[in-house]
Amino acid sequence: MPETPPPSLFPLRVRELVFRANGRCLIDHISMVLEEGPRTLILGPNGAGKSLLLRLLHGLVQPTSGELRWGECAPAPPARDRQAMVFQRPILLRRSAVANLRHALRHRGLRGAPLRCRAAGWLERAELSEYTHHPARQLSVGEQQRLALARALSCLPDILFLDEPTANLDPISTLKIERLILQAHAEGTAIIMVTHDLGQARRLGEQILFLHRGRLEEQGPGKLFFKKPASARAHEFLAGGLIL
Amino acid sequence: MTARGMLLLALAVSGLAVPSHAPGADSFLLLQSTTSTKNSGLLDHILPAFTESSGIKVRVVAVGSGQALKNARNGDGDVLLVHSQEDELEFVAAGWGLKRHAVMYNDFVLVGPDADPIVGGDLRIEAALRRIAETHTPFISRGDESGTHKKEMQLWRAAGLAPRETDGSWYREIGSGMGAALNTAVAMNAYILSDRGTWISFRNKRDFRILVQDKDDSLRDQDNSLLFNQYSAILVNPERHPHTRLPEGQAFIRWLTGPRGQALIADYRIQGQQLFFPNAKPDAAE
Amino acid sequence: MQDFMDTLDLAFRLVLSGDRDLAEIVLLSMRVNCLAVLIACAIGLPSGALLAVLRFPGRTALVVLVNALMGLPPVVVGLLLYMLLSRGGPLGVMELLYTPWAMIIAQVILVTPIVTALSRQSISELHNEYDEQLRSLDLRTYQVIGTLLWDCRYNLLTVALAGFGRAVAEVGAVLIVGGNINHVTRIMTTTISLETSKGNLELALALGIILLSISLLVNLGVISLRATAARSAYA
Repeated sequence: MPETPPPSLFPLRVRELVFRANGRCLIDHISMVLEEGPRTLILGPNGAGKSLLLRLLHGLVQPTSGELRWGECAPAPPARDRQAMVFQRPILLRRSAVANLRHALRHRGLRGAPLRCRAAGWLERAELSEYTHHPARQLSVGEQQRLALARALSCLPDILFLDEPTANLDPISTLKIERLILQAHAEGTAIIMVTHDLGQARRLGEQILFLHRGRLEEQGPGKLFFKKPASARAHEFLAGGLIL
Repeated sequence: MTARGMLLLALAVSGLAVPSHAPGADSFLLLQSTTSTKNSGLLDHILPAFTESSGIKVRVVAVGSGQALKNARNGDGDVLLVHSQEDELEFVAAGWGLKRHAVMYNDFVLVGPDADPIVGGDLRIEAALRRIAETHTPFISRGDESGTHKKEMQLWRAAGLAPRETDGSWYREIGSGMGAALNTAVAMNAYILSDRGTWISFRNKRDFRILVQDKDDSLRDQDNSLLFNQYSAILVNPERHPHTRLPEGQAFIRWLTGPRGQALIADYRIQGQQLFFPNAKPDAAE
Repeated sequence: MQDFMDTLDLAFRLVLSGDRDLAEIVLLSMRVNCLAVLIACAIGLPSGALLAVLRFPGRTALVVLVNALMGLPPVVVGLLLYMLLSRGGPLGVMELLYTPWAMIIAQVILVTPIVTALSRQSISELHNEYDEQLRSLDLRTYQVIGTLLWDCRYNLLTVALAGFGRAVAEVGAVLIVGGNINHVTRIMTTTISLETSKGNLELALALGIILLSISLLVNLGVISLRATAARSAYA
């Protein structure tokens, strides 16, 4: 390929990010730098603003104030079409499994044989080949979430956002999802994921962002965070207490 | 059901869907006609013969005479066949039409329930109307500025009455065509003025019948008959509306007032009764 | 009851006799109605989708207006269109008055608000569900609309049926702009109206029964289409 690869989206610099709604400050002056490499997990009690932060990073929600900058070069490279997101409740089109993949791929500019090939390949990887022409919305919840993940990954995003993708799943489905995430990461996709399953955070988290009431309480390597959290609230959270 | 299925459905529907009647595809003229000539079946009886001999099709728009005259004034017609003398004279005088040609006549009749207690006997129309008003018997008025409606107004005046100004629920203006008005009258057991042609061909008579009509001899004497009903043809003035189909219109009026058209009009009967009586003047064909 | 059985009998005999005039009238009715609904859908579905998807000032007012236009009185539409298409009117030179196209235009005006309003409703619900996913995929507005229209297609068939119902039943507007000219602009409803005014109530009712049967057939066709879809269960 003679094309030079597009400039990296990393590091991501977030400065003084604020999101207000109905007079309440839901994201409260978050500043941070995310480097390429470690799988990043966002933790925190319910209502801490985890999902909202993810949506702000992905660009689904516009911040009230503050700045988000992808990469080193100015102007920043267009980011959205190099990202993908998987939601807690999979949003699948009223079409067959393969048509859901094709729909996404078509909008990434793929046509004809490469499109069919890529779609079939990712169904295979998600262990959904036997359901190729099955209506997507009649699959089991676990299969639906795998399909949503396969759709996101088939677009070969630089960054994959995941919002509690295994919240409603049984262990086997969860395992299959985590395996797909690990594979994607190994192949170079950056992972930014929200969970409130501490076990999952331990398994996957190489870097932890701990949120509380819209503030970034702590950012650090996963091993260190779980062994010796810096903030009292994170300590409390890991101990299983209710943090108010 | 797939994209292909949807496409096939759309194609099937649209394949059947292109209307084939482009305007001006073949020779025709637009006749703005009063409803009675059409609803009575007269036009269906005579027009095929004209089309056959001339190759000109006649597209008939049947509305009340008042509406027909208005439509023609807007340029939406080539020939008028109407029965509203004053309006016609005004139409021609104002230059919208070329000339008024007498075509045929019949008469208006007062229609009511068979078991009529009100206007029976040999009453003349003015007396009958006065009886109706005095007894507050339900009466249906077209109320639509049609030729028949204008005639009805004229008759009330002749009877020395103004029922629109009396407060009384017995006098009901329904603002509809002759057929709809007859249906209403029959349903309400009310009296009504109708042209003879529409009445004879009307199929929902139930127990209604003609109660008041002119004597045969007075009908011939149109100046003295209140119930006389003259139908005329008028060609729209091409100076006002240059798109008027002049040759077709002229051919049609010449035919209608000529021997063939007049004979066919006289020939039209329903249940043995003649509906229209030709009375074109011999010089009308110029 | 006896009258009604006689009427049914007359309707059957009319259909079975294969009367050419009747066939012509039925065919023209279907042509006019189907074409009007197709055009109304071509305008109304994208408009409904745009109203469902776009946010702009005055949008609510527009939605209210479109909803109100669903109740347009046919006679008013007929009169306005007559004034436009009349030779004395601004569009007179097009010579559309008293042609099937005039009737089609009238029905398009009557049906489009129905298609727009109902499809907006339907698409709006789906859009609420799909919104985040479609924005995550970074689709352009026209792609969003395309996706929503396609995924809504079986609901939209019902919307088209509602429009078809209005077109099929309508008489006030087509009578004025079509003129009910024999062999040119005579369709089922105008014939029924004509026969009623001739006092031919049985014939009018028989024609009404035929019209109802056709409408039933069309509805059955579409419903069975939907049922097939439900079996393959994309809905």
